[in-house]
Amino acid sequence: MARLFKFGDAISTDAIIPGRYNVTTDAAALGKACFIEARPDFAGTVQQGDVIIGGRNFGCGSSREHAPMAIKAAGIQAVVARSFARIFYRNAINIGLPVIQCDAIYDAVEDGDPISIDIHSGGIDVDGKMFQGETPGPVAAAIMEAGTLIDLIKTRGWAAIEEVS
Amino acid sequence: MGTLTEEIFTRRLGREVHAGEIVVAPVDYAMAHDVTGPLAIEAFRKLDVPLWDPQRVIMVFDHILPANTVASAGLHKVVRDFADEFGVTHVFQEGICHQLMVEKGFIRPGGIVVGADSHSTTYGALGCFSAGFGSTDIAVTFATGKTWFRVPETIRINLRGALPPGIFPKDLALKVIRMLGAEGANYLAVEWGGEAVEAMSVDERLTLANLTVDFGGKAGLCEPDEHTRAYLGEAEVYDLHPIAPVYRSLIEVDAQTLEPQIACPPAIDNVQDLSAVAGTELDEVFVGSCANGRIEDLAIVAGYFKGRQVSPRTRTIVVPASKQIYMEALARGYIQTFMEAGALVMNAGCGPCLGRQHGVLGPGERALSTSNRNYAGRMGSAQAEIYLANPAVAAASALAGVITDPRGLN
Repeated sequence: MARLFKFGDAISTDAIIPGRYNVTTDAAALGKACFIEARPDFAGTVQQGDVIIGGRNFGCGSSREHAPMAIKAAGIQAVVARSFARIFYRNAINIGLPVIQCDAIYDAVEDGDPISIDIHSGGIDVDGKMFQGETPGPVAAAIMEAGTLIDLIKTRGWAAIEEVS
Repeated sequence: MGTLTEEIFTRRLGREVHAGEIVVAPVDYAMAHDVTGPLAIEAFRKLDVPLWDPQRVIMVFDHILPANTVASAGLHKVVRDFADEFGVTHVFQEGICHQLMVEKGFIRPGGIVVGADSHSTTYGALGCFSAGFGSTDIAVTFATGKTWFRVPETIRINLRGALPPGIFPKDLALKVIRMLGAEGANYLAVEWGGEAVEAMSVDERLTLANLTVDFGGKAGLCEPDEHTRAYLGEAEVYDLHPIAPVYRSLIEVDAQTLEPQIACPPAIDNVQDLSAVAGTELDEVFVGSCANGRIEDLAIVAGYFKGRQVSPRTRTIVVPASKQIYMEALARGYIQTFMEAGALVMNAGCGPCLGRQHGVLGPGERALSTSNRNYAGRMGSAQAEIYLANPAVAAASALAGVITDPRGLN
């Protein structure tokens, strides 16, 4: 059963992966350094399919795409937060890390609770408590459907986005 | 018709564009640096297409310059090999990407520019719509010359009255962040206006536009005017104004009653009047960054340092934002003043701002910086503390070794 890791407000990309660990483009190496100082036990305890629950302004700060790459490579299935910083949200969708905005879940769950998510519907089940995340916008939905932004542009070009705009 | 953002997109796309629309738009330039560039290059190579235009791709070595480890040298090599292979000639290692984008003439009023760095909002100071992106988005622009935008609604911020002596654009930006919070402009554009902005130099406006992303802004724009024309050295009139704009909200700030503002650890919106933290002991003072590393900032610091010594208990590090600024500071005697005062002067670049080089903070250390980020771990140890303030506060605090109000000093 997947478990959730609960974080606070304003989790910056510096907290997710400090600048001095961004000396590689290797996702696995980034995953090992995920939250290395903010939560040193994270990379060692996270299991494939676990979920991060964040507060407000998750992913604020630097545009480093190493941050969602590190989270994804660590094994996280999706990040659910009360709100996301714009660049982090876009980067996560672009590389195929599902991000779901949901306000109500935050105060109702504890670190370590069992969780399951339906990425497509945004439905979240935490130990029998049900929550509904916001559905992505049309462009984010198109990218998620394709897998990554690179997949979408490579197969369909800008027409894929122009037709949903 | 519309905000500066709507006007820019309307002209660029040749049809009326309104906030909320999703558009695919051509851009003037796409920039990446030594940290975001390698990921963008990897993503670009997956597309397996030619580069859109080698003359419109800008690569800057600034975050780790010169390379300090074998690993970072490897990152640099990835960028150099890409530039060689695809004929990219705008490759720079002489300062911070955002300063170079402006100095090298890539930024025009009414333009649209994207950068793989959050502080790409900086170019809005010249009336250009510019926003920060991650590496994958920039890779797609490398391939196509375009990106997609949700045209943002705008918060208009009017800074009323004149800045009093000892108060700077940094204080205005921090005051706005104090009022709106760190995500106050998330997904939104910001227009900076009012008498205080009209009176500002382009250097000063660059500080405002730069800090726009630090309260979430997608872009931070100033109307181009005679200051812009003088800065660009042109007689051309840029007829770019908001026309019957509808704003998401209108914020008024009285510049005349402002105290020096200081962002306290560990968040940009933990802002207080300087008096609340005066006397706090400092291990390091950093003057520089894309927020406040320009010649006017160095002039302020040199004014305080002339004939004085920085505190021996505080490392004081000065990093000009670009080679051009460094050489101007040399010609004006500022570099000599800094060194005689006991400061360390490093090569132009990002310096200690992101904890990679030149003045990394150890556990329990406390710094005051003229930069724009004070998250735990930003400049080194997660157990270090970072305060953010204007260059005059940085100078006075370096001299005293504690956080100091500069207004009592000459």
